[in-house]
Amino acid sequence: MIKESLRGKKIAITGSTGFLGTALVELLLREIEDVELRLLIRPSGKRSASKRLERDILKNDAFDQLKEALGTSGFKDLTDNAVSALTADISKNNLGLDDNGLRELSECDVVIHSAAAVSFDEPLDRAAEVNLMGPVRLVETLQSLDAEPHLVMVSTCYVAGNRKGTAPEKPLSQSPFYVPLNWREETEAARRTRSYTEDDSRRSENLEKFRTEAKNELGAPGISLIATKTEQIRERWVKDKMVEAGRERATSLGFPDAYAFTKAMSEQAVQEIRGNIPLSIVRPSIIESSWDKPNSGWIRGFRMAEPIILNFGRGTLKEFPGIPEGIIDVIPVDLVASAIVAVAAQEKPTDPFVVQVASGACNPIKIGILADYVHEFFGNFPILDEKNQPITPSKWEFPGRGRVVTQLTRAKRILQLAENGLHKLPIRGNQAMIVADLEEKRNELDKAMEYITLYGKYVECEAIYDVSNLLGLWDSLEDSDKSSFLFDPRVIDWRKYVYDIHLPTVVTQGRVKTTPSSSPPTSRNDRLRKQILDPTRQLAVFDLENTLIASNVVSSWGYLATKRLSSQDRFRIISKTILEAPSMLAMDRRDRTDFLRNFYRKYEGAPVLQIDEDSLEMFNEFILTKSFPAAIRRVREHRALGHRTLLITGALDFVVQPLKPLFDEILAPSLEMKGNKYSGRMTQVPPIGETRAAVLRNYADMNNLDLKESVAYADSTSDLPMLEAVGFPVAVNPETKLATLARRRGWLVENFQPISGSPKRTLPLGSKKE
Amino acid sequence: MPQNQRKHPRPGLVLDVDRTTPPILFHHGEGFRMEKLPAGRSRVIYPAEPLPGVPNPNGTIRHALENPLGDSPPLSALLKSGMKLTIAFDDISLPLPPMRKPDIRQRIIEAVLDTAASAGVDDVHLIAALALHRRMTENELRHAVGDRVFDAFAPTGAIYNHDAEDPDGMVVIGTTPHGEEVQINKRAAESDLIIYVNINLVSMDGGWKSTATGLSGYTALRHHHNPQTMVESRSFMDQENSELHKSNWRQGKVLKESGIKVFQIETTVNNNTFGYDGPLAMLQKREWEWNFKDRMTFLSMQAGLKRMSNSSKRKSFQGWHSPYEITSVQAGEVEAVHKTTTENVYKQHLVQVEGQTDILTMGLPYICPYNVNSVMNPILVACLGLGYFFNMYKGKPLVRKGGVVIMTHPTPWEFHPVHHPSYIDFFERVLSETTDPTVMSQKYEKAFAEDDWYRHLYRTSHAYHGVHPFYMWYWCAHALDHLSEVVIVGGNQEAVRRMGFRSATTLQDAFEIASDSVGFSPTVTHYHSPPILMADVT
Repeated sequence: MIKESLRGKKIAITGSTGFLGTALVELLLREIEDVELRLLIRPSGKRSASKRLERDILKNDAFDQLKEALGTSGFKDLTDNAVSALTADISKNNLGLDDNGLRELSECDVVIHSAAAVSFDEPLDRAAEVNLMGPVRLVETLQSLDAEPHLVMVSTCYVAGNRKGTAPEKPLSQSPFYVPLNWREETEAARRTRSYTEDDSRRSENLEKFRTEAKNELGAPGISLIATKTEQIRERWVKDKMVEAGRERATSLGFPDAYAFTKAMSEQAVQEIRGNIPLSIVRPSIIESSWDKPNSGWIRGFRMAEPIILNFGRGTLKEFPGIPEGIIDVIPVDLVASAIVAVAAQEKPTDPFVVQVASGACNPIKIGILADYVHEFFGNFPILDEKNQPITPSKWEFPGRGRVVTQLTRAKRILQLAENGLHKLPIRGNQAMIVADLEEKRNELDKAMEYITLYGKYVECEAIYDVSNLLGLWDSLEDSDKSSFLFDPRVIDWRKYVYDIHLPTVVTQGRVKTTPSSSPPTSRNDRLRKQILDPTRQLAVFDLENTLIASNVVSSWGYLATKRLSSQDRFRIISKTILEAPSMLAMDRRDRTDFLRNFYRKYEGAPVLQIDEDSLEMFNEFILTKSFPAAIRRVREHRALGHRTLLITGALDFVVQPLKPLFDEILAPSLEMKGNKYSGRMTQVPPIGETRAAVLRNYADMNNLDLKESVAYADSTSDLPMLEAVGFPVAVNPETKLATLARRRGWLVENFQPISGSPKRTLPLGSKKE
Repeated sequence: MPQNQRKHPRPGLVLDVDRTTPPILFHHGEGFRMEKLPAGRSRVIYPAEPLPGVPNPNGTIRHALENPLGDSPPLSALLKSGMKLTIAFDDISLPLPPMRKPDIRQRIIEAVLDTAASAGVDDVHLIAALALHRRMTENELRHAVGDRVFDAFAPTGAIYNHDAEDPDGMVVIGTTPHGEEVQINKRAAESDLIIYVNINLVSMDGGWKSTATGLSGYTALRHHHNPQTMVESRSFMDQENSELHKSNWRQGKVLKESGIKVFQIETTVNNNTFGYDGPLAMLQKREWEWNFKDRMTFLSMQAGLKRMSNSSKRKSFQGWHSPYEITSVQAGEVEAVHKTTTENVYKQHLVQVEGQTDILTMGLPYICPYNVNSVMNPILVACLGLGYFFNMYKGKPLVRKGGVVIMTHPTPWEFHPVHHPSYIDFFERVLSETTDPTVMSQKYEKAFAEDDWYRHLYRTSHAYHGVHPFYMWYWCAHALDHLSEVVIVGGNQEAVRRMGFRSATTLQDAFEIASDSVGFSPTVTHYHSPPILMADVT
């Protein structure tokens, strides 16, 4: 019946690149002869609609079996004839369709609207724009085309809101839970909230807050990076505010979140404006991986439950809100797709036909039982930690949401405190990486917390979704349809579904480690190192301080200044420098260029010849003893591979002169000379921060080198512009901020150390003659 | 009776260990161990007590200069106004530990300069003949030649370190019949006379090795500083049986035939390394003769060392300057001089020993020729034990072929970044791949020897030449070839393993490890040095 009814029909589908949409396309192609699918696809980035059809839909493993059955060319013939992509955007008038698109749409017999912003943390206005205004625009477009196809709208069971009792399969207005919603006003309000929030984010005290946050995160990498970061933080702030606004508005009206809220409004809106367009509404509950078709456990993308399950397996989530006797309403995707197709195949209804695809009413699974299955599964197939040890899953006690949240909040606060404290310490290298670890842990907790606030509400929903219409539809089917379009929730064997189908899929999709890795955990670094030491790299650029040597401009000056002094004068100079230290440090943190400019004034009047002579001795006595042999070896390795090697430093040229044979080129500031003395002024802007990146780009241009094929080594966030300018950045003995960034971005981190046995000096003083 | 009052110092001794033998002193880097050796099958070889020094060193020097050996005129007859004179002297690697002031080089150079001044010679250069060793610092040069000489020559740049990598400062004089190139410092080659001031601490030093090696460079040295030569030098301390020396002598012959004139001054010092009294005096006494004061000093020193960091221990030991006495000065024609010198060295060092044992134990001290004012890195530990100590024999090694050497040294994974940069890379990159001297010489030597960065550091900083760590390893080649196992007691596990040796926490464990090769009741020889001794094994 279904097959006959839909044979040769033209069906438009929105949201075909999504999880449910892909399942629908596959099902229709597999089961309906001569069907003509018109997929309304929004171009994404550089990808056109037809490219997305090919890449994002037809390449999906949902079609593997169909491809196998038809052969590659048979599959191509089928899809070429039966499927075409229409460039569309449901946030635009006329859905952004061109004339051809509009004509195609007007010729359709059925329109399945499955596009939605399904993420549970959508900003309010975006949720309204997509979930509410999308279908409104679709209906308006159809009306402007005088088309009256069967409109099948995919909604959600949760439009019933956070209520207890049975939710009937009726339009919302006829439901006992009906909340009259003025969708036009709500949309306007959402748009206004956006513009208020945008304005608010630009208030000077907020902008200042964002900038401080950016500085805290990045240190002092220069104005442009701080600006970029500040803007990112502002945008994130606006988004967070909008998400919060959505959540709050939804809660205030009794919905779990903005998604359910906007979906509920859209049902009402479409009913209100549909005119003569026949309407069916399909409300699935929580859609998860497939029961049987295209194959058991097929899933696309990461759904709602997966992160929770994985975090549970990893041991991050030790508890979960919800009550063990509560019912969790999950429905496999293939059942939903079949139900939609069955609904679409029906006679066009005059009154809106509503059907709920849910398991809770006819084949419920309790949260406690689900938790037992999950526990048993991870007990038998544990996830491994980085040391290849199985992680023991904890048993959920269901202490209630409040306590779970308190536990997590406390843990998070402790981590944040530890992190803040460590950021203030002058630590580097391996110790600094601890901060990166802490941040990772805290992010995990953040995630866990998010899941709980977002999904906890769903778990706590205690409504039972009536499925009489669904079962009625099922009973009306012929046997042949029943085998092709299975949507009876009663067939689900929950243990089989959870234990044998869904969890293995989640584990595979989540790419978690369940078999011991043969390579040691350092293999990642080895791999990165191999890339860096590849002959095709072109340039290796090094910073000096804490990258090649454990020293700084102050020590060099201290050495040179005290080299020829009596003990008394030395003492005076040392005490003076120590007194100045706090203000110098502060200046350095603010702006390194300013600091250098100021500090180098100390060289005013220094005799050129003497400084040159003493610099050589300083190199032997001081700089080399502070050097990192592994770093020097690395420079030489680069050279041996034919890479050009470059040292860019804010240290003065006479200090680094003895390093010349190590590099192809050294870019260092020099001091102006007055007669045979230094004036204490630099002859050019020192290559620091953004200037360093600019100098590097310039150098690369002049020498015809590709920075994308180049490596940069540096230790501090003030070098970020340089590190970001190259294709292969390396953080050397990173300070905490850079350590965190390097971890986040997957950069190679090297810990170069002075060799043990090096002579130690407490103060950087020139050695006296015997 | 204190040693210094003995009219006839006692010669070296071979002590058979029985149950009454007290624990024996083992040097252990910047520290010491007292070890019980198995009774009934062990023996300890003690060095001879210090020979008496010459009563009037300056007089002895002047006498030697004016009464040369071989067919050489007296020094005063060789010096003429208007001539070009180069005085080359041994570098920081001699003597060990350094000598208390005045250094013997200072005494000799002052005497030579006096003679030169009265002859009206004013073109004089002083060159530290350091071959591929590190450049000496100003303070080190001052210590060797004295302030007066240094201050007179430094301002005009007439005292300096030899630079074997100066493209304009080296010449190749010729080639030996064996195809060995002969290379020498250009200033020395162009001089009318080279006066070489040597300290013959051990029998390996001196002779043609002074000029043919000390003033030479990689081009010439590679012909005898290689695994083949070292395996065939049995031992390199015994000139008669040393391929190393034969090669140097062939190069010396080419120097001589090319018209280069060398006036060789060689000196010997006695075994007074740690003093007759003072804090270290017990180190050159035999354990059962330690008196109450010796025991107390030793115990308090051990207690103090326990509390000190590696670097402060190093600093205090490196501060020790030995009160050697000069036992002889010979001057004149190289080979004649060196013959007498060697006899004088042997008088102090040689100890008659009968037969070989299964195991040779030795306590490695804190110093070797290449870590004066520096760090004894693992490669130098190997070189001191398996290069120097192992080769301190005439006849045959103290340990049988296939035997085991057990040495004590903490062998920390530490390096001096200024002095030993190429060692660090050698340890990380070469030894991690191979410990076979021949394989590494073929695969890596050239790259290290010709490396620009190492060359730069050797020439301008105070770094040993890039190829130097290879030489240190080649020095061990004979021992590596001869032994079945090397165990380092108390050594850093990773560092020891990197070199292909085994580490043990106690001497007992070391014997256990050795039992794989030599069974459970091996015979043992303990080489009780320093002070220096050379075994004449029959």
